[in-house]
Amino acid sequence: MTKPYSVLLGKAVRTIARIRGGGSALPGLFVEKIDSHFISDVLATLPHGVVLISGTNGKTTTTKIVVELLQSQGFKVFTNKTGSNFSRGVAAALLGEIDVRGKLDADIAVLELDEAHAVHFVDKIPPQYSLLLNVMRDQLDRFGEIDHTAKLLQHIAQSTTDGVVVNRDDPRLSSKKFMHDIHVPIRTFGVSADLRKHFPSDDTLYDKNLRDEDSPIESKNDDTSLVKIDGSKATLYYGNKEHTITLRLNGIYNTLNAVGAVALCRMIVGDKLNESRLLEALSSVTPAFGRGETITVNGKPCQLVLVKNPSGFRLGLQSFDLKGYATMIAINDNYADGRDMSWLWDVEFNRLQPHGVAAVTGVRAFDMALRLQYDDVPIGHVTTDISESLAKFVEEHPDEPKRIYCTYTAMLTLRKELTKYSKVEDYR
Amino acid sequence: MTKKLSILHIYPKDMNIYGDNGNVLVVKKRAEWHGYEPVVIDYNPGDTFPNDIDIIVGGGGQDSGQDKIQSDLHKIGPKIIQLANQKTPMLVVCGLYQLFGKFFKTQDGHIIKGIGLLDVETIAGSERLIGNITIKSSDFGEIIGYENHSGQTYLGDNIRPLGEVIRGAGNNNKDGLEGARFNNVIGSYLHGSLLPKNPKIADFLLECAAINRYGSFSQTVIDDSLATSAREYAMRRPR
Repeated sequence: MTKPYSVLLGKAVRTIARIRGGGSALPGLFVEKIDSHFISDVLATLPHGVVLISGTNGKTTTTKIVVELLQSQGFKVFTNKTGSNFSRGVAAALLGEIDVRGKLDADIAVLELDEAHAVHFVDKIPPQYSLLLNVMRDQLDRFGEIDHTAKLLQHIAQSTTDGVVVNRDDPRLSSKKFMHDIHVPIRTFGVSADLRKHFPSDDTLYDKNLRDEDSPIESKNDDTSLVKIDGSKATLYYGNKEHTITLRLNGIYNTLNAVGAVALCRMIVGDKLNESRLLEALSSVTPAFGRGETITVNGKPCQLVLVKNPSGFRLGLQSFDLKGYATMIAINDNYADGRDMSWLWDVEFNRLQPHGVAAVTGVRAFDMALRLQYDDVPIGHVTTDISESLAKFVEEHPDEPKRIYCTYTAMLTLRKELTKYSKVEDYR
Repeated sequence: MTKKLSILHIYPKDMNIYGDNGNVLVVKKRAEWHGYEPVVIDYNPGDTFPNDIDIIVGGGGQDSGQDKIQSDLHKIGPKIIQLANQKTPMLVVCGLYQLFGKFFKTQDGHIIKGIGLLDVETIAGSERLIGNITIKSSDFGEIIGYENHSGQTYLGDNIRPLGEVIRGAGNNNKDGLEGARFNNVIGSYLHGSLLPKNPKIADFLLECAAINRYGSFSQTVIDDSLATSAREYAMRRPR
């Protein structure tokens, strides 16, 4: 039973935080402090329990897709859509949705959680289903080693009560070692062999010949695969059939996330799946906040691509056609971005050579520019002030579509700045 | 006539965790800019150790990576020591810095033997030393980097440090020293990557290599203004 005072106090803090323009997670932090059972008490009332989505890259987009797919199947879904993926973010989102008696009007919760936070979360609230996307190098100053991150995800899988979906192309998630001690059904998603070259893992970057022990597991009948990509058209294969749809999501990695989301929905809904509604919903999903999201600036599209780690940045560069686009890169080094700049040296920027980078900005603009210098990429201007850099970028490229690669906190600043040129949805 | 310089990247598959490729790239590009013809050779466990190596660069790894390379490293250890005695320049960061030393003592008291090229000993610490770091060296001035290690390294009598810590932890959080130098070998915990923001060290490695191979180093002026600005910002960032 939720303590009534924590709901009321939490809601009050949320209102004040919104008026003052504070962070989205602050009220959640507050309510967790005064009532440590707050989240589990509220979520325990849901008839279909909790679905958890974790992994290094693609959590926010995949969560958004899963939510919309489940809605197409008639579920009332609660989610933490701000991308504030610590448990305090979940608490903050709950505060916005529950009524004053602490009742949540939903059937199922779909939550994205940061790997390190998810581990503690599942000890309190075991999820019914979990979807594990990938294990890649991310902010090593926070998580330590990548093998450690794999263990965190294994713990999530072991705590899941009804079913787990994993990416079978991820060498760590598909290993025998990982599957060990998971006692619920496991389904997989992935790409067909001839598409694999478009999705390099961290390991293939350093090692062209993957060792045998790491070789991906075979897909089975229950699994979901991406078998063809042709522009915005994607062909999925499951249930012995191909399904071709047109996506509004940008970038090939978002397409793979969509396949993971379909695999999860198939597992949750089972035989009652309404396939035409599912595919219709999938083709209308738009990118999440800052994840390939397109904002119109002076009549031209401006795409925001969040980059948090080397593999994400590499995929971001590989996923999009660079020709005809004016490119900007914004790199911050705040806590949420990761303070260590080493990761920029694990990304190859050669693809940007022919068109160059018009603007480089963010607190670590000069680290980024230095990185580009060593890949012989022509640079327009470099300034650490994001607002100034964006203004110049927009002014200098009035007639071109634009794309901005940005770290998390740089993205928040950019979205705010972009409101000067366009209407940007406020997620707070 | 082009002047070839061979750069050996040791264990790129297993020891590459903190942007270590950046160090190799910087040595390679600066060699080109100075008018040499660099050739990068990857060396992984089981490979044949090549002859005529001018520079060796190696990085840090996860525990699993360190396990994979250990026995191989002991196999090539004598060759590396011979090259170091012949003044071959080398840069080893983090994990390979530790394994170029005498030993690494783990938390449970287990001893992992190093190749003993550097007179240093490393003992696993309980706290991880993480953050931006600045050190000062008489040869290279201020050196800027980022450290992330739990091993605490202590220098023996026969070795000098790379520099003194101005901000950060360094080899350990006690004696205020960072890194180690023996002949033209540099060991350090600094990544970020180390060489891009510290081009003087990159040029030092190239100078040693060129002198060894060709008797002199012909240096051109490289525009390092972006590195200079990146250093200024890095120095002001929170730990």
